Amino acid sequence: MKTHAAVARLESATKTYGTVVALGGVSFELWRGEVLSLLGPNGAGKTTAIRLLLGLTEPSSGSAKLFGLAPRSRAARVRTGVMLQAGGVPATLRVAEHVELFSSYYENPMPVADTLAAAGLTGLEMRHFGELSGGQKQRVLFALAICGRPDLLFLDEPTVGLDPESRRAIWKQVRLLKAGGTSVLLTTHYLEEAEALSDRVLVIDGGSVLTEGTPAHIKEQAQSATLEDAFIKLTQREESF
Amino acid sequence: MSNMKLYWNETRFEFLKMLRMPVYSVSTVAYPLAFYIMFGLVLPTSRIKGAGMEQYLLGTYGAFAVISATVLSLGAGIAVERGLGWLAVKQASPMPPSAYLVAKTLVALLFSLIVLVILFGVGWFFGGVEMPLMNWLSAGGLLLLGSLPFTLLGIAIGMLAGPNSAGGIVNLIHLPLAFFSGLWLPIVMMPEKLQLFAHYLPYYHLGQIGLMGVGAHAQGTLSGHFGALTAFAVLFTGIILWAQRRNSERMYG
Repeated sequence: MKTHAAVARLESATKTYGTVVALGGVSFELWRGEVLSLLGPNGAGKTTAIRLLLGLTEPSSGSAKLFGLAPRSRAARVRTGVMLQAGGVPATLRVAEHVELFSSYYENPMPVADTLAAAGLTGLEMRHFGELSGGQKQRVLFALAICGRPDLLFLDEPTVGLDPESRRAIWKQVRLLKAGGTSVLLTTHYLEEAEALSDRVLVIDGGSVLTEGTPAHIKEQAQSATLEDAFIKLTQREESF
Repeated sequence: MSNMKLYWNETRFEFLKMLRMPVYSVSTVAYPLAFYIMFGLVLPTSRIKGAGMEQYLLGTYGAFAVISATVLSLGAGIAVERGLGWLAVKQASPMPPSAYLVAKTLVALLFSLIVLVILFGVGWFFGGVEMPLMNWLSAGGLLLLGSLPFTLLGIAIGMLAGPNSAGGIVNLIHLPLAFFSGLWLPIVMMPEKLQLFAHYLPYYHLGQIGLMGVGAHAQGTLSGHFGALTAFAVLFTGIILWAQRRNSERMYG
């Protein structure tokens, strides 16, 4: 039964802030070795869905599970790697020190040198984080997400601000991880990226799921040549004038 | 224990992170020292003549120094890391929350120890403080022990203040508390009503503990002051848990 194998699962999850409904009953699963993209305009509820699955906030109703466990549990977290958009990263720690610290959070991490190589950071080990370019900082955050050999990887806008070459390098790593059985939950505004990497796409807007399926299925559904065209058609608000 | 390495790394890198920030590491030492030199050494303290004035000021400025080293760095540092998203990355990682707390506490203790050694050195060389070795040790030990609840105060401020305003907010809390608790000028020089009010301030209790450490005249009992600080530790913990809950309910898109 597939039901038992869900790596991540939201079940009728809602999240309200006062009277604002950020998420109005969303359900989806992520399977082993699958890359699932969560797409939606700003404010659609993507971040809320991710925060529920990471145990950073609790659902108002419904449930969020990783590996059938509470997302906050250490047993779930040691199998999970997370890359979020983050500022305030300690600027005076070196690249290798950041990776060494996060590696020690996990039970069976990769050697630091391997993590650095996979994230394209070889040669930058001794640099302070604060001295890095924007793209290099992104790559450090990616390194922290993969250092623990996670079974489940959250990537929130992983390639924002990256040059095309670095972006392709990250794609390559994501494909390698997927080939090794890692499941990936990706949020991105680059539809080309979603199309290139995803097995399945989930489009959410206004706090609920608009549609889901393979990129090909969604393009067909919206009668569009690219995923980007399909996305724009699907999420177009009704014009009131 | 496999977790030992995790705790060790968390603490080691927290220390290196702070040490490499001159804004913090220098000001932590320089700030209380400057106050001690200005008010404790340069200003004539002859208004209250008598035995032990030098010790007295070392006791209260010692309290000011360890609280500064703890509250100022934690408050502003955490506010920035939390407000800009880094704390969420740590929280979503498998790092046990206790490792975070232990690292912050040990590093604050270490910086407190460093600043105390320097302050005591200045007091001994330039401040004319003469007392038995036992008093130096008990003052240092009691001040370090009493500084522990202030780690929680620093974290609480960091969980509540915004990343841009934290520096100002921390000082707005820290400096008046220090003044009204008698850490700069002896509490006995204050109007009686203010002296009574000081009993409700955590800084006052550590000041009195510092005074007992150096063997100067103090109010109340040692156990009473530690009891009060324990109560404040519970209060600060409650604020942290409440703020943590509030922050997790902050709305995102």
